[in-house]
Amino acid sequence: MSEVDLSVSIGNLKLKNPVLLASGTVGYGNEISEFTDLSRLGGIVTKSLSLKPRQGNPPQRIVETASGMLNAIGLANIGVEAFIKEKIPFLKGLNAILICNIAASSVEEYVECVKILNGEELIQAFEINVSCPNVKEGGLEFGNDLRAVADITGRVRESTDKPVIIKLSPNVSRISQFAQAVKDNGGDAVSAINTLVGTAFDINTRRPKIKNITGGLSGPAIKPVALAKVFEIKREVEIPIIGIGGISDWKDAAEFMIAGASAVQIGTVNFINPNAGIEIIDGLKTFCSQNSIINISDLTGSYQI
Amino acid sequence: MIENSIVESLETLNNTTFLLKTHSPSIASSASPGQFCNIKVTDSGFPLLRRPFSICDIEGESVFYLFDIHGQGTMILSGKKRGDRLEILGPLGKGFSTEGDYDTSVIVAGGVGCAPFPFLIRKFDKNKKMLCYLGGRSKEQLVKYGLSNLHIATDDGSVGFHGTVIDLLKSEADYLEGRRIRIYGCGPNPMLKALQTFADESGIDCQISVESVMACGFGICQGCPIEASGGERYLLVCKDGPVFHSKEVRL
Repeated sequence: MSEVDLSVSIGNLKLKNPVLLASGTVGYGNEISEFTDLSRLGGIVTKSLSLKPRQGNPPQRIVETASGMLNAIGLANIGVEAFIKEKIPFLKGLNAILICNIAASSVEEYVECVKILNGEELIQAFEINVSCPNVKEGGLEFGNDLRAVADITGRVRESTDKPVIIKLSPNVSRISQFAQAVKDNGGDAVSAINTLVGTAFDINTRRPKIKNITGGLSGPAIKPVALAKVFEIKREVEIPIIGIGGISDWKDAAEFMIAGASAVQIGTVNFINPNAGIEIIDGLKTFCSQNSIINISDLTGSYQI
Repeated sequence: MIENSIVESLETLNNTTFLLKTHSPSIASSASPGQFCNIKVTDSGFPLLRRPFSICDIEGESVFYLFDIHGQGTMILSGKKRGDRLEILGPLGKGFSTEGDYDTSVIVAGGVGCAPFPFLIRKFDKNKKMLCYLGGRSKEQLVKYGLSNLHIATDDGSVGFHGTVIDLLKSEADYLEGRRIRIYGCGPNPMLKALQTFADESGIDCQISVESVMACGFGICQGCPIEASGGERYLLVCKDGPVFHSKEVRL
């Protein structure tokens, strides 16, 4: 078996393999590092950071649903200043590729966060969250608004030389239009998809199972939707795609790459198996070897229709 | 930290409560009382998430868990047989602290809330006195596993004191007077709330083990917040708890 080249490029961002841990499923790396070797991954995407710390939503924040879970964490995070002071030193020691996810309630706040973090050498790229379904201001308001996504992409682009990735919402009718807006305004890549808006009720109390009433659906339940969105973008827009949505094993990851993803992020599975990322990398490598694929990047968009 | 464990036995303690024993040498050697494990009850994708259970007791290389059937996860777990495999993540969380200046340990347990205490009792200083206050809905639903020096309360009065376990505790306040007491509590939220108030009013040092829905169990999903006493801040049950000082959290 020949050696497989697992490295991939997302614009200027070079990753040693295509497996990233998704924002909101890895915290700031410290807890999960006890269970897995983060330096072996393509990279990790931090929990969304906002300018000021956010306490997040009151409980209950999560509920399991068929093949998935709903969450309404509400962007609980320590804020950019504390991140730089308290988390960056630890992350330096991990030797992991770091992508910072940013959430904000105004265009100015996105820009300010990026400017504050831009000087940190450890941060390899920014992922801009314009699609959180669980906060009142910002979030989906932006994610559903083509002009807002275009504006945010352009303004963030002007504020940094680092790769800019925009995380798109699936809660729109044509996701490819949003990917086009990202491309037209200088974004380097898109992450697709964020969670789908969902809810669940207790039939006895007739009350919603999560306090926020609606939450974001993730897990295997959303994989077919996510694949269709990735595929739609791939066919319509020439922009690197990071595929996300219900990936549980290497076969799911390969499927996303075939549908058009240059890299993937894994999320909910980290809650169940914190070492899943490494297992997926190993599985992809074996798959490539067995199928005489020398560069894993050749898988991207290799669908046969 | 994920240990492939073999089920050694599963017994029924009463109609609704089960005692699971697994062979888990690494968890057994590293756990401390009050910690929990996050158990994958099937190899399949259903249910998707693990289920958190207090470590009930440890004997040699075996770990015990006590549970009631609440939903599909515990239903599946209740059907396990000797020799079945379980993938167990743990030990997790912050357990009880037995340090401090006191001469009497008082355990206050409601229903299956007695789960973490057999292991804790093993670690108690034998020179200190220990009392167990146990509450349940009825005689049939009391779970006495691993407890001793029992003071019992039932909601229906079918055995022991007729009322809640906290009412029983209050009624015996004279009996407790003059001792330097440390309370360890675990049970349903209303019981823990009443216990918090009792401990606060009588100035007794008290630790409580709380329950929460969880996904990961180690701090990354942020799905198990509990309000800190000062307000405007959440702690995580999985990482900052599940055992808290009673003054630390607002239930």
